[in-house]
Amino acid sequence: MLGYLFYILSGLTILTAIMMIAARNPVHSVLYLIATFFMVSGQYLLMNAQFLFVVNIIVYAGAIMVLFLFVLMLLNLNKETEPQKSMKTKLAGVIAGGLLLITLLGALIKGNVSSENLPITDIGLVKNLGRVLFTDFVVPFEISSVLFLSAMVGAILVGKRHNGETEVISE
Amino acid sequence: MSTLLIIKIVIILIIFTITLVAAMYSTYMERKVAAGIQDRIGPDRAGPWGIFQPLADGGKMFFKEDFIPGKSEKWLFILAPGLAMFTACMTGAIIPWGGTVTLFGETFNLQIANIDIGILYIMGFVSIGVYGIMIGGWASNNKYSLYGAVRASSQMISYELAMGLAILAIVMSTGSLNLGDIVEAQKGGQWNVFYQPLAFLLFLVCAFAECNRAPFDMAECESELIGGYHTEYSSMKLGFFLFAEYINMFISSAVISVLFFGGYNFPFMHDLGLSANAITFIGVGVFFAKILFFIFFFMWVRWTLPRFRYDQLMQLGWKALIPLAVINLMITGGWLMFKGDLLAMITKMF
Repeated sequence: MLGYLFYILSGLTILTAIMMIAARNPVHSVLYLIATFFMVSGQYLLMNAQFLFVVNIIVYAGAIMVLFLFVLMLLNLNKETEPQKSMKTKLAGVIAGGLLLITLLGALIKGNVSSENLPITDIGLVKNLGRVLFTDFVVPFEISSVLFLSAMVGAILVGKRHNGETEVISE
Repeated sequence: MSTLLIIKIVIILIIFTITLVAAMYSTYMERKVAAGIQDRIGPDRAGPWGIFQPLADGGKMFFKEDFIPGKSEKWLFILAPGLAMFTACMTGAIIPWGGTVTLFGETFNLQIANIDIGILYIMGFVSIGVYGIMIGGWASNNKYSLYGAVRASSQMISYELAMGLAILAIVMSTGSLNLGDIVEAQKGGQWNVFYQPLAFLLFLVCAFAECNRAPFDMAECESELIGGYHTEYSSMKLGFFLFAEYINMFISSAVISVLFFGGYNFPFMHDLGLSANAITFIGVGVFFAKILFFIFFFMWVRWTLPRFRYDQLMQLGWKALIPLAVINLMITGGWLMFKGDLLAMITKMF
C-alpha cells in the first residue's frame, strides 16, 4: 500500500516538476511548483517525518511561494512581456543542466539507494527531531540561525529608505 | 471494518455537517446581529423569524447565472473557490471537539485525528488558505480583483508571523504542539487566557486579519475595490468564497476557544458526580457555546469598527504586533527558565 503511494507520489512529483518548466505562463509555473512542493511533502509524510512535512508546507508552499506569486502578479508578466532568451543562453542552460543530470545519475546508479525500503523510524517526530537538533547538532543549528539573521539584516538594509528619500504615503 | 473505523467515519461526517451548517447559519446570525446593532429587524420573511433565510440564499446562489469572464483563465477561475472551500474545511480535522466517549466497548476521542503536530497543521492550512483568493483574483483578469489578491497575500504573510509567535508562547508554556494536550493542560480553570493575556490579544487580532474579516477586510474592500478578489464571480462560485469566510470564522473561533479558553473544559466538571460520557456531552455543549460567543464577537467587531487603511494595516502588523509578540515570547521564556529562582527569591523576601 505504502509502496504504491510512493510510486504515485513520485510520478506526480516528476509530472508537476516538468509542467513547471514547460509552462509558458510564469504564474502557471509557480502554481505547478507549489504542487511539486506538496508532493514532496507527501513523501516526507510517507517516511513518518511529520515535522518536515508540515514545515515544508508552511515555509515553502505557504510563505515563499506566496511571495513569488505576489511578485509575479505585481509585475503581471505574460507571453508578450516575457523577456526572450537568445539561442546561446538556452544552449548553455541545456548543457549545464544536462551535465548535472549525468553527474546525479552516475552517483545514484553506483550508490545503492532504495528509498522504498527505508525502515519507518520516529526520528521525524517533533520531540526526537528537537532533541537531536539541540544536542548533537546544536552548533550547526545555531550557526545557520545566525546566517538567517544576517540575511534579514541585509534585506532590511537594502530596503531601508536612504537620507533624502521622501515617503511615498503621506501620514 | 473495525468499530473504531466506523466511529471515526461517523465523526468525520458529523463534524463536516456541523461545520457547513454552522457556516450557513453564521450568515443568518451576521445579518441578525448587524440588524440589531443598526436598530433594524433583519431578515424575517422566510419561516418564523426568518430562520430559513440561509436556505433561500443558498437556493438563489445555485440558480443564478454562472458567468465566466471571456478573458479569464478558465480553469484557475473555477479552481479558486474550490480551493478556498477545501482549505477552510480541512482545519476542522484536528480540533478536539470533546473529551473521551465510551460507546459499544470502544473508548475514543471526539476528534478526527489526534496528531502531534496539531498547531503546525493549522498554521499550514492557514498559510495555504490564501491561494484561493490569490488565484481567484489573478484568474479574473480584472485589475480590482488583482489588487484584492495582492493585498490579501501580503496581509496574510504579515499577520501569519505575529500569529505564529503568539501561538509559540502557548506551546512553550504547555510543552506540546498537540491540541488535545493543550486542552488537557487547561483543566480545572487553568485557562491560558489568564496566563497569556497578551498572546490572546495578538492571536485574536491576527485571526481577524487571517479570516479577512472587518476591520481587516482589505481584500474585498467595497469602497475602493468594488468587491476585491470576487468582483468577477457570480452564482455559487461567489457563494463558495463567502461560505469559506464563514467556515474560517467558525474554525478560528474554535481554535481560540481551544488555545485560550480551555476548549471543552468547564469549571467544576469533576465535582458534579456525573458519568464520563455525560461530562463529555456537557463539555461539547460548553465548547460550542464558547465558539458561538467568539463568532458573535467577530460580528460585533465587524459592525462596530471602521476599516483600516492599507498602510495602517501593515504598520500595525509589522511595527506593533510582531514586536509585542517577540516581547511576550521572551517574557514567557524567562519565566519558564527562572520560575524556581524567582519564587524562591520572593519567599525569601517575605
